[in-house]
Amino acid sequence: MLLADPKGDVIDLNPAAAALLPDAVSGTRLRDVAPAWIADAHDRLLPTVPRQNAAGTEHGSLGDRTFEAHSSRTPDGDVLWWLVDDTDRRLAEAALDGERRRTAFLARASSALLASLNLERCMDVTATLAAGHLAEAAVVVAPARGHRFPVTSCLEGGSPVHRTVRCDPATVPGLSEALSGFPPVPSRWIDPAGIPDWLVPDDFHGPVGSAVVTPLPGQGVPAGALVLLRPDTRQAFSESDEIFARLFAARAGAALSAARMYAEQAAITSTLMRELLPPTLHEVHGVEFAGAYRPSGEGEHVGGDFYDVHPGADPGQETLVVLGDVCGKGLEAAVMTGKIRNTLHALLPLSEDHQRLLGLLNSALIGSHHTRFATLLLASVARRGRTVRLRVTSAGHPPPLIVRADGRVETTPTRGTLVGVFRNISSTTADIDLSPGESCLLFTDGITEARGGPLGDEMFGQQRVEEALAHCAGMPAEAVVAHVRMLAEQWVGRNRHDDMALVAVTAPRHAHLSAVDGHTRGRYTA
Amino acid sequence: MTATDVQRTAAPDLDHVREALWQAVRDGDEYRASDTVVGAVDAGLPVESALLDVIAAVQARVGAEWAANRLTVAQEHAATAIHERVIAALGHHPRHRPPEPHGTRVTVVCVDGEWHALPARLLSEVLRRHGLRVDFLGAHVPVPHLVSHLHRTGARTVALSATFSLHLPTAHTAITACQAVGVPVLAGGAAFGPDGRYARTLGADAWAPDARAAVDVLARGLDRPDPLSCDRRAVSGLPHLADQEYTMVVSTRRQLVKETLARLEERYPPMRSYTHQQRERTAEDIGHIVDHLAVALYVDDPEFLPRFLRWTAGVLDARSVPARSLDPALALLGRQLQDFPRASRILHEARAALDHLLPAPHPPGSGPAA
Repeated sequence: MLLADPKGDVIDLNPAAAALLPDAVSGTRLRDVAPAWIADAHDRLLPTVPRQNAAGTEHGSLGDRTFEAHSSRTPDGDVLWWLVDDTDRRLAEAALDGERRRTAFLARASSALLASLNLERCMDVTATLAAGHLAEAAVVVAPARGHRFPVTSCLEGGSPVHRTVRCDPATVPGLSEALSGFPPVPSRWIDPAGIPDWLVPDDFHGPVGSAVVTPLPGQGVPAGALVLLRPDTRQAFSESDEIFARLFAARAGAALSAARMYAEQAAITSTLMRELLPPTLHEVHGVEFAGAYRPSGEGEHVGGDFYDVHPGADPGQETLVVLGDVCGKGLEAAVMTGKIRNTLHALLPLSEDHQRLLGLLNSALIGSHHTRFATLLLASVARRGRTVRLRVTSAGHPPPLIVRADGRVETTPTRGTLVGVFRNISSTTADIDLSPGESCLLFTDGITEARGGPLGDEMFGQQRVEEALAHCAGMPAEAVVAHVRMLAEQWVGRNRHDDMALVAVTAPRHAHLSAVDGHTRGRYTA
Repeated sequence: MTATDVQRTAAPDLDHVREALWQAVRDGDEYRASDTVVGAVDAGLPVESALLDVIAAVQARVGAEWAANRLTVAQEHAATAIHERVIAALGHHPRHRPPEPHGTRVTVVCVDGEWHALPARLLSEVLRRHGLRVDFLGAHVPVPHLVSHLHRTGARTVALSATFSLHLPTAHTAITACQAVGVPVLAGGAAFGPDGRYARTLGADAWAPDARAAVDVLARGLDRPDPLSCDRRAVSGLPHLADQEYTMVVSTRRQLVKETLARLEERYPPMRSYTHQQRERTAEDIGHIVDHLAVALYVDDPEFLPRFLRWTAGVLDARSVPARSLDPALALLGRQLQDFPRASRILHEARAALDHLLPAPHPPGSGPAA
């Protein structure tokens, strides 16, 4: 507490004030003994504040502490200054405010990190956020692939840069432990002088002043390390900075390890799935083949319908087309199609005799522990001159349709028992000749039973398939498949539908002169 | 561009090549089509020009010829399949292969349900020839597949193609899903409107009027959305959808079509003697109107339905069906939806636009023939 007169001279002060302002004694000038912010406030308030009134509150520092200075005028016109030390409160408030901002940042960082399951993208986000909020530069080092470490670095306000680095992490203290995820170490200060060049982003301003290595804790798998760098012109990391960095690292580590696990799972799935996906069809020995496939569920890649084309060893040999439908949908049905496709592949040498082939397949299916059954179409195809000759056998499957050059549509006269249910099965084989421009369409009931149309609940039906096919005389196999498929798909619209599969076998309208290797077109005569 | 393109200067006449390709495509002759285009490229036509000025132009002509009833749906589909084969032939041609990719990674995809994959395919080919790493996912890609592809590959940008404007709501789903995983979206295709207005409505990061413009945008690259604001974008949406009118029209589509068809038959006795096919065509037309009404509600644009009606009027006219026949269906729908202010307003304005289009009244007829 300090009393000063209107002229600005100190009248009196208590021991506490004397301790704060050691030069102040009665009679000294306030401006000489107190900081300017008090003297200025003193001068300012005299003309404006009447006697006996409290004046405002000022704020400023004395030494290394901060004070609130409350002033009021006495009845004599002097000014009484009350100095209240608010250092701790101010610090607490600043800490609270900082904490709030950090919590808000961590919350938003979490959702930003969770947005992507791509590892490189997660590293980008981690480095960008860390460089903006934790340090001037941030470097994310992921566990090595071989001897190479994926590294993403980012400067504050810059874009992340991704590269792979060949390095020995043991040269950076704490980095090996952080990268192996074991032992679980806290973040570690490292000597800026010992930082290898590859760890410092190219555009980093000036020498590194301080650096800290923080492990990114994964979920069972190590997720990498976060290295934070500050130039020597900036204050070194405080303990609270470091704790904050670890809180951030925990979130980033969780996101990175989720991305890593997703990538591994996705790789496994796609490897397994590749075997189950229908093949891409092309021309074989002067005969056009085209296929289309659409699984039932939105999230599905595979289903219970399948097709394969097994090319004959040479143009004189028959090519075997298989199209089938396993009861059921989704992955389980797809696994079953895989077994049937493998079995049929093994039985290819017997494809001369469709009945024998189906009989062996049937026994194999009945012998297995699966309770599923399947319907199948087999078509052995060979070109003889300009004609394409087919032997077609149905095992409980809707018979293929044929479009003639004049647009007539015929049904193939073949029928037989489905496979996987009865011990004894039988079937009949139909012989078909296709002239140039004619096609044979094999399809599953997912096409005919597709429900939709303008009223929403009608089946697409055999009739519409035939009408669609009638327009396909003289068209290439791909166009035949595309046309029927597009009409069926437009028909179902957004309705639920079963798996759909289509294969067209077409006798080219133009005869090729040279032999065709099945991948490229040969020359042709018009 | 390949070295061959640079060396030769006297490129063949575009009109001539287009006409030759058109003839081949109309005849369904894929070999002649391939030879025409590959031959033109051999003679000095730049591959990009072959793709965009020849194939895309002929495909556009195919669409116009169908609308004018000079081409069947089957011929249209055959034309598309042939164009696909021609593009593949160019891609595998030893002298015209694209360069090794060196640019950023772009995923090119059609909106789920979109069967017009050709524009996206052409864009992919052109992008490859500009050195970009392109993943062309094709038509019919469900949004979950697209998102898992983005997770797997870490593509920098998605180019989303939609031709048919009925796919705009699905396009919106795809756009928000891509942005949610931090990948910006370039929208393109006729569905987004001639000025790209629906790309803006649906929050796409960019829009391109054609393939060349798309190449410019993608080669420059789009900024990734700020990671810290991704979650906010997911919250903001289309506020007008809060009135539930879109949802209501979509969920009652079947009843709306059936009811409208039944009332039409009551009003216009000649309809009762329609063949099954004629009746199906009429139901299809009504279905199209309801579907477009729903999308008009989704994008909240009063010009959406009239634009569709103008196009439909042209298609009907080419099939000797008076466009006036659409009016009673619009009126009946308006009556069924009278409690829904936005739908009523849209139907009212559509009728006014149709009224402007054609003078004399006429009973409803069969729609476009397949």
